Amino acid sequence: MNRTYELIYVLKPDASEDEVNDLHKQVAEIVDRMGGKIDKTENQMPWGRRKLAYEIGHHKEGFYVLELITGSGELMKEIDRRLKVTEGLLRHLIVRVDESAIKADRARTKRTEESRRRRVARGLPPDRQPGEGPQGDNDDDSGDMMFDGADLEA
Amino acid sequence: MPFGGPRKFGGKDKDGKAGDKAGARQRGGGFFRRRKVCKFCADKIDDINYKDIKLLSGFVPERGKVLPRRISGTCAKHQRSLRVAIVRARQLALLPYAAD
Repeated sequence: MNRTYELIYVLKPDASEDEVNDLHKQVAEIVDRMGGKIDKTENQMPWGRRKLAYEIGHHKEGFYVLELITGSGELMKEIDRRLKVTEGLLRHLIVRVDESAIKADRARTKRTEESRRRRVARGLPPDRQPGEGPQGDNDDDSGDMMFDGADLEA
Repeated sequence: MPFGGPRKFGGKDKDGKAGDKAGARQRGGGFFRRRKVCKFCADKIDDINYKDIKLLSGFVPERGKVLPRRISGTCAKHQRSLRVAIVRARQLALLPYAAD
């Protein structure tokens, strides 16, 4: 049973390049051994060195690495266990992504189908024609968010 | 003019959409509250992702709490997934738990 997961871990900001690579190798080794696959590794912008939203053990920055992994739940369990006991690691998080991707996909299809159905019911061609409807006015209020009632202070 | 008849002038109802229910309160000097719409429904964002700090931080006021639905106008469904995303982002120190 193959599932896709996202793994993000945060190293101490003073970790050297070797340490970063070393940890990545450790993860890759586990993934390999348990029949998984690393689809992608990101440690450049926007990841890599980043300011933390709050201090963790006197550190104000952290080195973020994101990995996309395909594999079994057992594999992720093992990685989680290993990362928990790894020194020099500030935080890590494993999230399963395939289900939410499917959900998002379904929502999108449902929406387009719905709009097509409505358009047909109104006697229009199912897809939007070029030059139809309001144009280019979708960005007029994107900047001011919608919190004009932000009289909240708790 | 009978009650409920269309208001023709007065400049207070200039914006049509601001005039409908969603608590269009008038304070001194014609202040209108805009009708609130769920940002995620309006912008067709299906997947609220914990990595999208730019998006999430709009729903986390300075104090660090999750912005309530009554203020942001987010629909219940999206507020739930928004909450999950914010909680995850907090774990990774992408967003604050509390800020002073």
